[in-house]
Amino acid sequence: MPVKTYREAINEALHQAMAEDSSVIVLGEEVSGGAGCDGSRDAYGGVMGVTKGLLPTYGESRVIDTPITESAIIGAAAGAAQTGLRPVAELMFMDFFGVCFDQIYNQAAKFHYMFGGKAKCPMVIRCTTGAGWRAGAQHSQNLTQMVTMVPGLKVVCPTNAYDAKGLMLQAIQDDDCVIFVEDKILYDTSCEVPDEMYTVPFGEAKYYREGSDLTIVAISNPMHKVLAVADRLEAEGITCDVIDPRTTSPLDEEAILESVEMTGRLVVVDEMTPRCGMASDISSIVAEKAFGSLRAPIKKVTAAHSPVPFAPNLEDAWIPQEADIEAAVRQVLEYAS
Amino acid sequence: MSIDTQEITKPKASTKGMSKQQFLKAYRTMRTIRDFEDKISEQFMKGNIPGFLHLYSGQEAVAAGLCLLLDDDDYVISTHRGHGHCIAKGGDVGGMMKEIMAKQGGLCDGKGGSMHIADFDKGMLGANAIVGGGPPIIVGAALSAKTLGTDRVGVAFGGDGSSNQGTTFEAMNLAVVLKLPAIFLFENNGYGEGTHASYAVGSKDIASRAQGFGMPAYKVDGTDLFAVYELCKQVVEHCRQGKGPVTIEASVPRFKGHFEGDPQAYRGDGEIERLMKEEDCLEIARKAAVKKKLANAKELDAIDEEIASYINEVTEAALAAPAPGDDELLTNVYSSAY
Repeated sequence: MPVKTYREAINEALHQAMAEDSSVIVLGEEVSGGAGCDGSRDAYGGVMGVTKGLLPTYGESRVIDTPITESAIIGAAAGAAQTGLRPVAELMFMDFFGVCFDQIYNQAAKFHYMFGGKAKCPMVIRCTTGAGWRAGAQHSQNLTQMVTMVPGLKVVCPTNAYDAKGLMLQAIQDDDCVIFVEDKILYDTSCEVPDEMYTVPFGEAKYYREGSDLTIVAISNPMHKVLAVADRLEAEGITCDVIDPRTTSPLDEEAILESVEMTGRLVVVDEMTPRCGMASDISSIVAEKAFGSLRAPIKKVTAAHSPVPFAPNLEDAWIPQEADIEAAVRQVLEYAS
Repeated sequence: MSIDTQEITKPKASTKGMSKQQFLKAYRTMRTIRDFEDKISEQFMKGNIPGFLHLYSGQEAVAAGLCLLLDDDDYVISTHRGHGHCIAKGGDVGGMMKEIMAKQGGLCDGKGGSMHIADFDKGMLGANAIVGGGPPIIVGAALSAKTLGTDRVGVAFGGDGSSNQGTTFEAMNLAVVLKLPAIFLFENNGYGEGTHASYAVGSKDIASRAQGFGMPAYKVDGTDLFAVYELCKQVVEHCRQGKGPVTIEASVPRFKGHFEGDPQAYRGDGEIERLMKEEDCLEIARKAAVKKKLANAKELDAIDEEIASYINEVTEAALAAPAPGDDELLTNVYSSAY
């Protein structure tokens, strides 16, 4: 099977969806790039190069470079979704949700319910997240928790290229507003990705490792640090269930609860600030629904409660690292009631 | 690229451009809106309507004049003051009454209410309770029209209040950049809630702001049905021909408070009485039509009677309808599997 990067996998999903369904459009800042300039078009293909090549194939009527105008981009996508198109809007960085959040949580998320089921909003909002690029406080945040809490939205956070393609194709054919969170740390990671179209369903967790001593749930790029830790522990004879929910809304609670009921121990890892984050949410679900199975307190490994700092040493301290994950895991394993 | 703003300020009321049939349709719409608003005001005072009401009374000629030129598959999006737009777009009046009373059979199954009244079968994409929430969405509807190759247009109704919101500016700019068939219709009723437009709108008017975005803009006397219709005929045609967006600023009176129950301490002495006497678009249209023999008083009286009885009928039906079932709480949060 061909090996493709996370970036190539999403690009391929967009190509295939646009080829198959003429109502799929792509819009956003620099989704091709070079509009109105003397040089060449398709100069960027999106801030991370994910939409490269769409403009030459599908033309300006379906690959729409917008001004820097996030509220209008998301509003236009929502209005277009209500009236017959399936827009895939790009918001460059998840940090930019701040300037268009009304259109996301008050508009797109609510149309279907607020209008008694008579409106549909089949749209995808692509955005990037992930610290580590020394991009500072406004280009590094993961705000997945802020959209996960909104009824009406679905939230997808693929951790590998295979899932990225299948989840994107699912997101485009879904009839609700889907927030598609791409972790920029993962764009150059690769794995086997089939050439043909396929979907990965929402709300079905993936087991990266199966084990019996501990459950580790991780969201987005920290998963790869978790896997390194889990593999080290395995050499010591400790086996972990490593679960990637893949979508935070809907969330595969059942997979997490089943695992904790077996292992009795849970570590949750994300790269969000610690209050009201995904780690808190998953911890509360387990505490409420599987309390009797727990043999140790749940441990959360998250980013620090501060804006993302610029200085490399500070940013590295802000990000949950392998050592933090390993320390948390050992603490939970060593806990004796 | 520069586009000159053309201004039509208070064109003379002329009935020439409108047929008798069109006038009667518009008059019927205006009367329906007025009676609907009066009736829900009364029912609100009786405690039969939960929540907030923002009434459109006094502004009817704008919705009626523009919507005469639209088809069911054209799009409008509205504001918190949205009943008039929904009725003028052909919305189901009985379904509206039930919705506002939070009853089964309401246009939004009782989940939207007055501030989210919508009728998607008629291209009415919803009243929107976020000031400035609608314009970006109508840009999307206009984008659909252009991308799918239809000649549909999208109209974002707004007020002087929404003309100060950044989302409105973003929407206007994007509509110009993508050359979309969008109409930004600002009904300047002089008040954003309880603050006067002369205080809150920093520019000399709203129309000239649109000029800054590079689109044609017009001003019209919104109490004059015929002037609204004549202007909108040109504007809708401009959009259908793919010539890009247009802005209209219509000056209108607001007969009621920001919300029903608003004590309106901010109003001047005798202001409302004067507006209702001198700027009632229904009376102005009726007088002009009778004078120009477009209709006679008798047939207009007959329409008035017919509508009064129709509004009573839909009110009784709504009062008698049951509330939504308790099991509706979690339906329609999502369109597809969750």
